[in-house]
Amino acid sequence: MASELETAAHPENLKRVVIEPVSRVEGHGKVTLLLDADNRVHQVRLHIVEFRGFEKFIQGRPYWEVPVLVQRLCGICPVSHHLAASKALDIVVGARQLTPTAEKMRRLMHLGQILQSHALHFFHLASPDLLFGFDAEVAQRNVVHVAAVDPEVARKGVLLRKYGQEIIRHTAGKRVHGTGSVPGGVNKNLSRAERAELLGEIDTIVEWSREAVGIVRGLFERHAALYESFGRFESNRLGLVRADGALDLYHGGLRATAADGAVIFDHADYQSYYELIHEEVKPWSYMKFPFLLAQGSEAGWYRVGPLARVAQCDFIPTVLAEAARREFLAFDGGAALSAPLGYHWARLIEMLHAAEGIKELLLDNDLSGGDLIVRGEPQLRGVGVIEAPRGTLIHHYRVNEDDQIVNANLIVSTTHNNQAMNTAVREVARRYLDGRTLTEGLLNHIEVAIRAFDPCLSCATHALGKMPLELELVDADGQVVDRLLRGG
Amino acid sequence: MSQTKTFSLDGRTIPFEEGETIMEAAAAAGVYIPHLCHHPEFKPHGSCKLCTVNIGGRLGAACTNRAAEGMQVESETEAINADRLALTQMLFVEGNHICPSCEKSGNCQLQAVAYHLGMLTPHFTHFYPSRDVDASHPDVLLERNRCILCELCVRASRDVDGKNVFGIGGRGIKARLIVNSASGRLADTDLSVTDRAAEVCPTGAIIRKRHGFTVPIGHRLYDRRDIAEAPVAGMEGPKRG
Repeated sequence: MASELETAAHPENLKRVVIEPVSRVEGHGKVTLLLDADNRVHQVRLHIVEFRGFEKFIQGRPYWEVPVLVQRLCGICPVSHHLAASKALDIVVGARQLTPTAEKMRRLMHLGQILQSHALHFFHLASPDLLFGFDAEVAQRNVVHVAAVDPEVARKGVLLRKYGQEIIRHTAGKRVHGTGSVPGGVNKNLSRAERAELLGEIDTIVEWSREAVGIVRGLFERHAALYESFGRFESNRLGLVRADGALDLYHGGLRATAADGAVIFDHADYQSYYELIHEEVKPWSYMKFPFLLAQGSEAGWYRVGPLARVAQCDFIPTVLAEAARREFLAFDGGAALSAPLGYHWARLIEMLHAAEGIKELLLDNDLSGGDLIVRGEPQLRGVGVIEAPRGTLIHHYRVNEDDQIVNANLIVSTTHNNQAMNTAVREVARRYLDGRTLTEGLLNHIEVAIRAFDPCLSCATHALGKMPLELELVDADGQVVDRLLRGG
Repeated sequence: MSQTKTFSLDGRTIPFEEGETIMEAAAAAGVYIPHLCHHPEFKPHGSCKLCTVNIGGRLGAACTNRAAEGMQVESETEAINADRLALTQMLFVEGNHICPSCEKSGNCQLQAVAYHLGMLTPHFTHFYPSRDVDASHPDVLLERNRCILCELCVRASRDVDGKNVFGIGGRGIKARLIVNSASGRLADTDLSVTDRAAEVCPTGAIIRKRHGFTVPIGHRLYDRRDIAEAPVAGMEGPKRG
């Protein structure tokens, strides 16, 4: 493990190399490296440098506004925030069980979101590294070059994403930042004509998703040594599973497993997530470091997202994705399970599951039902958890008797992965950069490790008011002259 | 047989009845003049100035100036619409109008007028005023950040509901919507969610609690129609042939 690279013993005598911005991720981040005269790596940190404030500025807002408001955290997967907030506020309005139409409309919206986000990440953001090489010419590492070299792959990537966006438009009212989900249900159903229109393309979408899984599987097969070892680390895992252990991206109980697969807790009610998960702050990052309380802050960090979900679910409840999962698990004796680049493979298995799940739902007449909203005994707090494209997303709200939000806590997917991403980049720095003259291609190895997690840095820096701050004064030679710390 | 009286509005002959304002006669003929503080059910107020027209060479509010035989009125001129746009932009920057998360979006007259006038940016520097939200009433939320001081709620409460719940306090830029109770809280008035004052607000300043976003995008009042076609819900089209 590379945790000793978090803080150098004597940073004052080291030179500082900064990768800023980290490109082809959502949001703004940077990586700092501290190197000695022989280019030995002494410190590596992934910093999230942007600053939001949603938890603070939704205080005082009427609760029914929140699902529409907080989705503005993100332009890539706003549906996740829209639905996680809605689920939390279902509890507040006493709607513990939605109508079949409402739940299926939300599930459809969510699978559309998974499909478009995963397609966006793989084809637009990650594929240039994977198809052309981590240290390929920088001018080639972009989706435009993918389109030039393999127009068919690029076209399918664009159209897969477009289809997911269409699902969102039909269920939420708009492709980005819709209003379809409300506390207690949804505000629309799908007509039979709309369903027929969307069904017209779904078999192609399923087939293209299956082909995409094959692209990543082929990469692993051709470059097994690299893909299995790149940034590799062992960690705990966290995610939702259905009551029968199946992968369920919309709802379930929390399952945490250790690196060896041992169950830490299972089917835990997420209304009490704070009894299982705590967050630590570190002085050098705006992003918190969550950990499993039972394991403590040192050993309790974990990974979330496609790799954790596909690894720790008992099965995937759609045929093609389950077959793909079994191939993934069996690959080289399970070697992809702890490899950061295994995220790409798992992500596309989920994309295939989303495509199959969309087809199942579109054939379900409940989507055209008219019973949209339920209400029950109001509550003053609620927690909503969903498996967003990037991992477990927790929304927790408290409201007052006047229907206003008084407190909010959001733990987003990328925050859960904070320590995991830092560990991956330290492993890569030690393996590929240590003692070598740095080149742009070498530095891109760091970014390749970060991109594997598909981080959403905007979402991850939503908090305000308690963040520690570090200011560094660096002279013309890159030496740290002075440092100011504000505690958390 | 009496001769129908008419005036000219942008070259179009508009019939009117004695005592009608330019706004009333234009609306009856199906001609839209942008407005926010005007509502056909209430006495004219003349405060928002969006309905300013050129009446024979002088500027005046269409909602307060009576129509007269042979009057020459200009409304849809480049200069007047530029002024209307600037007035609308000022309304946006004087309050805190966050359309993306406002449940009135799509049904909001301020937003619809802005679209009608082709407003693309607020243009002016935002004031970002600090205004209170009064959530004390069990069924009605008062969101002062969205108030444009049109006084429709004041008029509705006083003239229709007979309750006098609302008023305008302060002057100039400090003017604000106040609640006529000893505590200043909406909970301490006799406002009912069924009152006319509770649903007349052209923006999202006075809203019914716990019902936001229940109308899907595409089915809201101004999703598919310009405000010129539907100035007020349920009052589309000419009323006089």
